Amino acid sequence: MAFNYERYLRLEKMPTLWCWGCGDGVILKAFVRAVEKMGWNQDDVCVVSGIGCSGRFSSYIDFNTVHTTHGRTVAYATGIKLANPDKHVICVAGDGDALAIGGNHTIHGCRRNIDITMIIINNFIYGLTNSQTSPTTPRGMWTVTQKAGNIDPTFNTCDLAIAAGASFVARETMIEPKKLEKMLVKAFEHKGFSMAEVLSNCHINLGRKNQMKNAMENLEWIKSITMPKKKYDALPEEERLNLLPTGILHQDTEADEYCEMYAEIQKIHQGERKKITQDDFEKKI
Amino acid sequence: MATREVISTGNELAAIAAVDAGCMFFGGYPLTPSSEVMHVISDLLPKKGGVAIQMEDEIAGICCVIGAAMSGKRALTATSGPGMSLKAENLGLAQMAEVPLVCVNVMRGGPSTGLPTRVSQGDILQSKNPSHGDYKSITLCAGSLAECYTETVRAFNIADRFMQPVIVLLDETLGHMHGKAELPTLEDVEAGIVPRKRFDGPADEYFPYQCEHDEPAVLNPMFEGYRYHFTGLHHDKNGFPTEEIETCRKLIQRLEDKVELHKDEIESYEEFMMDDADVMIVAYGSVSLAAKEAIRHLRADGIHAGLFRPITIWPSPAEKIKEHTDRIKKVLVVELNIGQFHSEVQRAAARLDIDGLFKVNGRPISPYEIVNKVKEL
Repeated sequence: MAFNYERYLRLEKMPTLWCWGCGDGVILKAFVRAVEKMGWNQDDVCVVSGIGCSGRFSSYIDFNTVHTTHGRTVAYATGIKLANPDKHVICVAGDGDALAIGGNHTIHGCRRNIDITMIIINNFIYGLTNSQTSPTTPRGMWTVTQKAGNIDPTFNTCDLAIAAGASFVARETMIEPKKLEKMLVKAFEHKGFSMAEVLSNCHINLGRKNQMKNAMENLEWIKSITMPKKKYDALPEEERLNLLPTGILHQDTEADEYCEMYAEIQKIHQGERKKITQDDFEKKI
Repeated sequence: MATREVISTGNELAAIAAVDAGCMFFGGYPLTPSSEVMHVISDLLPKKGGVAIQMEDEIAGICCVIGAAMSGKRALTATSGPGMSLKAENLGLAQMAEVPLVCVNVMRGGPSTGLPTRVSQGDILQSKNPSHGDYKSITLCAGSLAECYTETVRAFNIADRFMQPVIVLLDETLGHMHGKAELPTLEDVEAGIVPRKRFDGPADEYFPYQCEHDEPAVLNPMFEGYRYHFTGLHHDKNGFPTEEIETCRKLIQRLEDKVELHKDEIESYEEFMMDDADVMIVAYGSVSLAAKEAIRHLRADGIHAGLFRPITIWPSPAEKIKEHTDRIKKVLVVELNIGQFHSEVQRAAARLDIDGLFKVNGRPISPYEIVNKVKEL
């Protein structure tokens, strides 16, 4: 039976403002299929987005939705989640949103390991605002602010999230929507901060000036820089240089989740248990 | 009305007031001289099942508070000038999306890092328009230890009534002042809580932003079956982005009018020895304490001085100010800045001969400085 998207989409808001051939629509559909797999009631889900093309994600789906200021998704989501720990809170942000202006909130969300899923749609460019350099724009590519070629080193989103303490870190591309859907389900299921990076195309504002004039060429390029983790791990170090592994890259199911930890703080103040000390933690520093 | 006496500081009283008023969420970042608000509330909130979190920066502090408030909780943040500057953009989102919250600003010397541990009243104009765009800020200013408590309580009720942030101004002197305060009882505070309006009909008949031209949005708590959209963009009756000309105009006009046309519900001031006054001192915050002392000395010397103290700073009690300045020739505004409220008194009075006594070196104004200035008038 065909999947009933209508239940989850705000059809009256269609068509989306995304360009013809944009990957965001594929991600949107994978997102709602993953939510359906989780069996969540739409009323129990809150989707928080930032600014950029990805920022409009929240307005097309029928959940409790919040379109915040630029870069602040995780900070808003932290308040919503802490105030409602039994609900499902999901952030959707772009590479500029999550890694440039909102980089601080992203790493601290990872560090706290609060039970939020953060989906970063990485299209390697500021798409909505016409091709400015993002923290993931490959070096040497043309951008409107670096027409002579981008010299800025890039962030590796997943390495950053692992280093910052996220307990679930995965990467997929929108080229394989089934795999993407599976990754999102795993991210939703995980208790703790789940970072799900989704590589997507922007043939209009990245590709146009970088020899990838149509969606297919842009996707071919994404394909050429990605490789499943297993294959990637088998490569000798020097051949991994310009490749990004896909799949679940890191998962720690033992890590303390922030809302659960805060519930212990409440118990202490309510006189139900003794104070937390260093002895309560295996990893202290 | 029954009262209770406590010995405390202004910052602690603001924290206690928030909890008594039903606040269940605090988010903030350490900032002198406001940090004690966070120190105190981080013990009080978990005790009653609430949450207090120290975030990674001032911006995250206000953002998580807006998030919690969107979900339906009463929420507080506290900061000082540099933090207000950082919070400005997101205070704007709360104005636009009509999210109620309370922001305590314990004023210190500015601009920039300024005088972190010294008193100032330099954030009067900032609190009128912290963020870009058109909206009507509501700012209350405590003038005593007791008011650090009562104005914080009032701020929560006003925030829920008008569905927008309310700024409570303390200053370093009041925030760190330690003394006796006479407060309303907890029972009276709880009985006075006016929760935000909600819609109880069927979800398909719920339009959160469809309201009268002078009324705030009716925002039901999240997760209760009324799914809608929050955005800082211009939005339609359901909260979705729109650029439709009339919708945009009406929205911004409504943000203005919901406060402007109901400011009698917010207006608050104190008149001290004003009945027979022929010199009017205008002062607020901790400066008003020195002004009252000065007035006692002036009266002993045969000068009939009185104090007009705005408690609601924005929207200002302009009509009341005009009533007095139409009658009283000698008017002196005393404040710890270079005339930020003085210009508002000039505007309200429609007079350019309003005198000022200003101080910006981080030190309080003494009663004698005021006495001497009045005698020069």
